[in-house]
Amino acid sequence: MAKYNENGTPKKNPLSLQINLQKFEKATDEEKRQQDVMSKSTTFFRDGMRKLFRNPLAVMSLVVLTLIIIVIIVAPMIVPYGYSDILSVDGKRDKGAKNLAPFTYSELEQEYIANGGERFPHIFGTDEQCRDYFIRVVYGTRISLVVGLFASMIVLLIGMLYGSISGYLGGKVDLIMMRIVDMIYSLPDMLIIILLSVVLNQVMSFKSGSSLAKIGTNMISLFIVFGLLYWVGMARLIRGQILSIKENDYITAARTIGAKPGRIIRKHILPNCISVIIISTALQIPSAIFTESYLSFVGLGVQAPMPSLGSLANAAREGLQSYPYKLVFPALTICLIVLSFNLLGDGLRDAFDPKLKR
Amino acid sequence: MSEHLLSVQNLHTSFFTDNGEVRAVNGVSFNLDKGKALGIVGESGSGKSVTAYSIMSILADTGKIVEGAVYFNGEDITKWSEKQMRDFRGKRCSIIFQDPMTSLNPVFTIGHQLMEAIKLHTNKRGAEAKARAVELLSLVGINDPEKRLKQYPFEHSGGMRQRVMIAMALACEPDILIADEPTTALDVTIQAQILELMQKLQKQLGLAIIMVTHDLGVIAEMCDEIIVMYGGRVCERGTADEIFYNPHHEYTKGLLRSIPTLEGARERLVPILGTPINMLNLPKGCAFCPRCDEAMKICLEEVPEEVFINENHKAACWINIRDGKTMAGKENGDE
Amino acid sequence: MSEYLLEVEHLKQYFQVRSGFFKTVPLKAVDDVSFTIKPGETLGLVGESGCGKTTVGRSILRLYEPTGGTVKFEGKEITKKNIGSFRKEMQMVFQDPYSSLNPRMTVEDIIGEPLDVHNLYANKKERREKILHLMALVGLNAEHATRYAHEFSGGQRQRIGIARALAVNPKFIVCDEPVSALDVSIQAQVINMFEDLRQELGVAYLFIAHDLLVVRHISDRIAVMYLGHVVETAASDELMQHPQHPYTQSLLSAVPIPDPETARKKNRIILEGDVPSPLRMPSGCPFRTRCAYATDKCAEACPELTDRGGGHLCACWNR
Repeated sequence: MAKYNENGTPKKNPLSLQINLQKFEKATDEEKRQQDVMSKSTTFFRDGMRKLFRNPLAVMSLVVLTLIIIVIIVAPMIVPYGYSDILSVDGKRDKGAKNLAPFTYSELEQEYIANGGERFPHIFGTDEQCRDYFIRVVYGTRISLVVGLFASMIVLLIGMLYGSISGYLGGKVDLIMMRIVDMIYSLPDMLIIILLSVVLNQVMSFKSGSSLAKIGTNMISLFIVFGLLYWVGMARLIRGQILSIKENDYITAARTIGAKPGRIIRKHILPNCISVIIISTALQIPSAIFTESYLSFVGLGVQAPMPSLGSLANAAREGLQSYPYKLVFPALTICLIVLSFNLLGDGLRDAFDPKLKR
Repeated sequence: MSEHLLSVQNLHTSFFTDNGEVRAVNGVSFNLDKGKALGIVGESGSGKSVTAYSIMSILADTGKIVEGAVYFNGEDITKWSEKQMRDFRGKRCSIIFQDPMTSLNPVFTIGHQLMEAIKLHTNKRGAEAKARAVELLSLVGINDPEKRLKQYPFEHSGGMRQRVMIAMALACEPDILIADEPTTALDVTIQAQILELMQKLQKQLGLAIIMVTHDLGVIAEMCDEIIVMYGGRVCERGTADEIFYNPHHEYTKGLLRSIPTLEGARERLVPILGTPINMLNLPKGCAFCPRCDEAMKICLEEVPEEVFINENHKAACWINIRDGKTMAGKENGDE
Repeated sequence: MSEYLLEVEHLKQYFQVRSGFFKTVPLKAVDDVSFTIKPGETLGLVGESGCGKTTVGRSILRLYEPTGGTVKFEGKEITKKNIGSFRKEMQMVFQDPYSSLNPRMTVEDIIGEPLDVHNLYANKKERREKILHLMALVGLNAEHATRYAHEFSGGQRQRIGIARALAVNPKFIVCDEPVSALDVSIQAQVINMFEDLRQELGVAYLFIAHDLLVVRHISDRIAVMYLGHVVETAASDELMQHPQHPYTQSLLSAVPIPDPETARKKNRIILEGDVPSPLRMPSGCPFRTRCAYATDKCAEACPELTDRGGGHLCACWNR
């Protein structure tokens, strides 16, 4: 019920004409405008980010990923051990530092500490070759993340190029290009990876010590396979996206204005599929990490002594009964990374995908 | 209250979105009697469809009836269970939607979908259900119903599909038919066919119809009573003649001024200025005041109540109160 | 120079539709349509969905390559080669204010795009001035320039679309159902603006719409289309008062009039059945399947548009 009187007198009959006549003066345009507020200006990106940061799962994954990245960058600077260094005390090889449990020291080290020396703790213990396990897991994570990002970039680049050409040109070109995609889709990827790594092992010989040799032929064949096979999904996605964007009237409007195809793709089509590209790249990374881990696990991954999370897990299999934590650490890291990327990807989709908007 | 078939009392419906609460319906009340056609007219965002959906309780997940009641034959159906409501939706009250293209499932035949509706709410089975389906299709003026039963929705035009939708809605002889923009997606000549059909069915079956639309032309042809909505509130209500020939709310007046005519001299249109209301930011006072030429100070501050202009007419506008155009004796809106 | 701004002669636009594995059949979206528009004149094009009225507009602008017929602009024929030079003369306003504006661009960039494409400014300052002038012309606030299209209501978006079309100073604008997606109260604002712009800038419109009330209000002349054919053309008031073609008559009588008194009195001609599929066009006159006056002759040959006096053209054997 509206109140007709401010000073607390009993309410008057709403129809009586005794109402404060001032109130019936005409309102000014200014006053009217104040009522009509346009909501605050937001860009698509800002709006999406706001939604993303409201999603607790996505924020959590973002935090986890940032932490992991900080650790893999900072840890090698702090921890005084190398991933391939066999532990030594005062220049003497420490043969007793085999398979230490987390936060324990070998006899030699204990002696050294008792004599007043400082020794950095073995956070995750050591492996059977007397190497610090924490630093190996950190390097393994580095490798896995780099592989994931790099492979996704390859996939993104090839897929975007192929998909946008196919989608924009349409017609017969599209038909042929998409049939090629179908053919590639039907190739069994694992088989190709295994065959390639065998063949490449024979063909390629890198100078020992070069960075390529460190990564190993298996890894390179993995990249090649990603480059050759896994872009098809991305290409299909982008083609589909472009086909649906092409239907929009603003593309027709740009054509009536007289804009050239290059401008239309640059100004109108790509900015509108960028969100889909980001989302699917974010989802591509964990699958690449997964593939890498899987391949390393079956022994087709990085070259020893370079660790990767998959090869660490593989190595941990042997002493599983006595040292279960050696499997737990790399496996947990894989899980964390993959889960975080997946959740983040989902969060990005919820926040940015225009189809989910009302 | 039981004298009315359907009675909506002080209905408030809100949607809880990411950007805050959208108060789509703010205190709407009306009564519907048997065999009457009620028109709810308003522009997009006026809350007319949400009112209809609230009655059927088919709101989207984020929507909720916050306050108010809907009485059907004297019973408050907002308190009913989902099971009771399912029964209500089929047997008592049916709804047809704007888009006949998406309201039918493309993978089933017309007959399958129609008979499913019949089987769901009646105990007719097999041949009996089929006979009823044929009867319904001929009722809505579809030629050769036996053949049509075996066809898929894509084989039918928009007008045909809307007829099928009406047939489905009528499958269980409901008392009320809610039509949400039933002809907006159709062409003029097809619209005329559908409107004629609805009028025929109303007489033939004694249906009560709630017609939700933005088209004043459709309302003028179909409805006995009209409710004009703006910003989730009722601005004006009354018989068709009262609303069209004796409007007493600035919004209704503006709406009538802004339609071009088919006959007579072509005068410049008088549009309603400003932009449609932002439902996230409802004005404190009358929802229409930012666009109203006659807006007064009080309009900005206080929501006007509906007052009687005469027996058949109520309007919620401060100008009527200022000018004393209200009907003496009757004071407040909802008895 | 010819007295007409735009001359459309025997325009045909067929689309190939796959009907079998290898077979395609032509879909005759526009079949032999001719009309003219004088400078500053508004021609209304009405018809039901699927009658080809949108296609006519798009074929004129060469968004489709016509199957046959010619379109002349100021006496010069538009061809595939020289269409680029006509892009500054002819523009288009779209039906859907939501899909016609790029959601990733600000208002400033949307309106500025034609200026960019045709290099219509010397420096950034001139570009900005031109954009603000256009925004003022269509009644948009200058402070809205940096906002994105999705922040506006339908009516304001349509204004942005119109400003974009006006940026190149066209002589002719195809308006493809520009008000049908808008609320009634906003519709009137936009219609008034179209009229004002015509007065101020002398631009000619091809106003495509299905709403007869709107078309009658804005047009000088009206052409009625049915299944790819123009069945009747006349001056706006003449067509409304003395419709000749049976289709026009039923179309007019089907319009719901926002006036209860007339609605009660009206005796309407309700057309039976639906519009036939353009893939299975009836022989002869396309309207004969729904026409109350149809005779054998209608099935044999398609009637031509003939003058019934005073420039009132009608294509019917029986009228």
